[in-house]
Amino acid sequence: MSYLMNTNEILQTIRMIDQQHLDVRTITLGVDLLDCAADSAELCAGRIYDKICRLARDLVPTGEAIEREFGIPIVNKRLSVTPMALVGAACRDEDLVRLALAMDAAAREVGVNYIGGFSALVHKGYSQSDRKLIRSIPRALAETERVCASVNVGSTRSGINMDAVAEMGRIIKETARLTADRDGLGCSKLVVFCNAVEDNPFMAGAFHGVGEAECAVNVGVSGPGVVYEALKECAGMPFDAVAETIKRTAFKVTRMGQLVAREASARLGVPFGIVDLSLAPTPVKGDSVARILEAMGLEVCGTHGTTAALAVLNDAVKKGGVMASSHVGGLSGAFIPVSEDEGMIAAAREGTLTIDKLEAMTCVCSVGLDMIAVPGDTPAETLSAILADEAAIGMINNKTTAVRLIPAPGKTAGDTVEIGGLFGEAPVMEVHKASSAEFVARGGRIPAPLHSLRN
Amino acid sequence: MKAIVSVYARDAKGITAYVTGLLAQEDINILDISQTLMQEYFTMIMLVDLADCPLPFDALSRMLQERGREKSLAVHIQRQDIFDAMHRI
Repeated sequence: MSYLMNTNEILQTIRMIDQQHLDVRTITLGVDLLDCAADSAELCAGRIYDKICRLARDLVPTGEAIEREFGIPIVNKRLSVTPMALVGAACRDEDLVRLALAMDAAAREVGVNYIGGFSALVHKGYSQSDRKLIRSIPRALAETERVCASVNVGSTRSGINMDAVAEMGRIIKETARLTADRDGLGCSKLVVFCNAVEDNPFMAGAFHGVGEAECAVNVGVSGPGVVYEALKECAGMPFDAVAETIKRTAFKVTRMGQLVAREASARLGVPFGIVDLSLAPTPVKGDSVARILEAMGLEVCGTHGTTAALAVLNDAVKKGGVMASSHVGGLSGAFIPVSEDEGMIAAAREGTLTIDKLEAMTCVCSVGLDMIAVPGDTPAETLSAILADEAAIGMINNKTTAVRLIPAPGKTAGDTVEIGGLFGEAPVMEVHKASSAEFVARGGRIPAPLHSLRN
Repeated sequence: MKAIVSVYARDAKGITAYVTGLLAQEDINILDISQTLMQEYFTMIMLVDLADCPLPFDALSRMLQERGREKSLAVHIQRQDIFDAMHRI
């Protein structure tokens, strides 16, 4: 194909990468581990380690080569694996921490920074193995560095497993306690889902679902900074122009992700799975979703109008992105992780952005109450009630919701939790003092909503 | 393979000659070239064909960066596909 060099386009791309933090957030290699099953955790762990090392050996060097040739930063190379409660179902051992250690060792060996899939899907009920896995989560997260855990407690089709919701409140508290020396860091690697997706490339909630192929390349793009810069040109214009501008920008960002995904898939000899169209912020200045919302005319993110602004952003990102990629999947929407977003941190510190407003915002975006630090003495029942609220939003609205809460040991509202790196720092947010204990103690299942009966 | 070479530097004499000289040494053909001054900064963009270049892409990229740095130039090379993907449907 003949190519006409367009200097403006080239400079625009270079500016996006150099000045506006455009990057591919992650190339995540999904690996099926069902064939690693064994009746002892020791044997299973050995197989897990061997298989991951064999299939993911080239992931990091390939990602780095693509970075250099295309001049696009690929911030993370990661792995997602089959939910470990399934892989470890045949193990007779009482706890499954051994499997997490194998995941961690394999991740270190192949050089990825995170591996997701220490997971259980209990939206309708527990298997024996699910119970063992969930009980192993606090220790698994305390004793490993790179392993991420997730539990799906509800779905539109099956309702919400309130026994699991109650238990996860306690598991989050225990995870915080075991990592208290690091401000409860373990909790930043634990996600509680409703309607979890099987092809999510983003941590901490990534796992490789059972409907997936043996191996798949999933790519998560990013680019809040690019959208923000584009919106600065739209000052005073009506929302039609705002939505149009976001769509155009999202299209370009996603095309880049698609190119990287295709290239990685070809070089690794692994099928291309999906591109996830999420706008994922980082704590770096100029890479914030909150600042995009403010660029639409809000003085501070979290004030009245924020939910509507986020709805515009989220929908336009999808509309722009969907045409740019042959397969879109994962979570695909704007993320609002408080600790990972410089503008959200500022808004929370200032007191305008509260946990209640964040909950409202999760009705119109992916994913949920993400990376929110709460006081260390928050009762487990209150955490569970927050999980239940968020799961209900997901269940009723037929969307994925997730919760990542950090009940930071010894901290109270107004303090700061330093998590570091991409996870940033989280201002500890106030939660309601009134008890939800009796509500959570009921257990059982919240029935699936009427619109689950579609057949 | 086609690639885009971009050069940024404070304006000075001989920048174009120096960079195109480096490319010629590696048997690289320049298909299109554009240069401009933005404020006092010199910006040059070239579309090049690497078909006859003996160096692997990585080594070429490193060489251009290092030799650029010697003259205080920021020289980058990126595969053309990225610009194509972003701006063409």
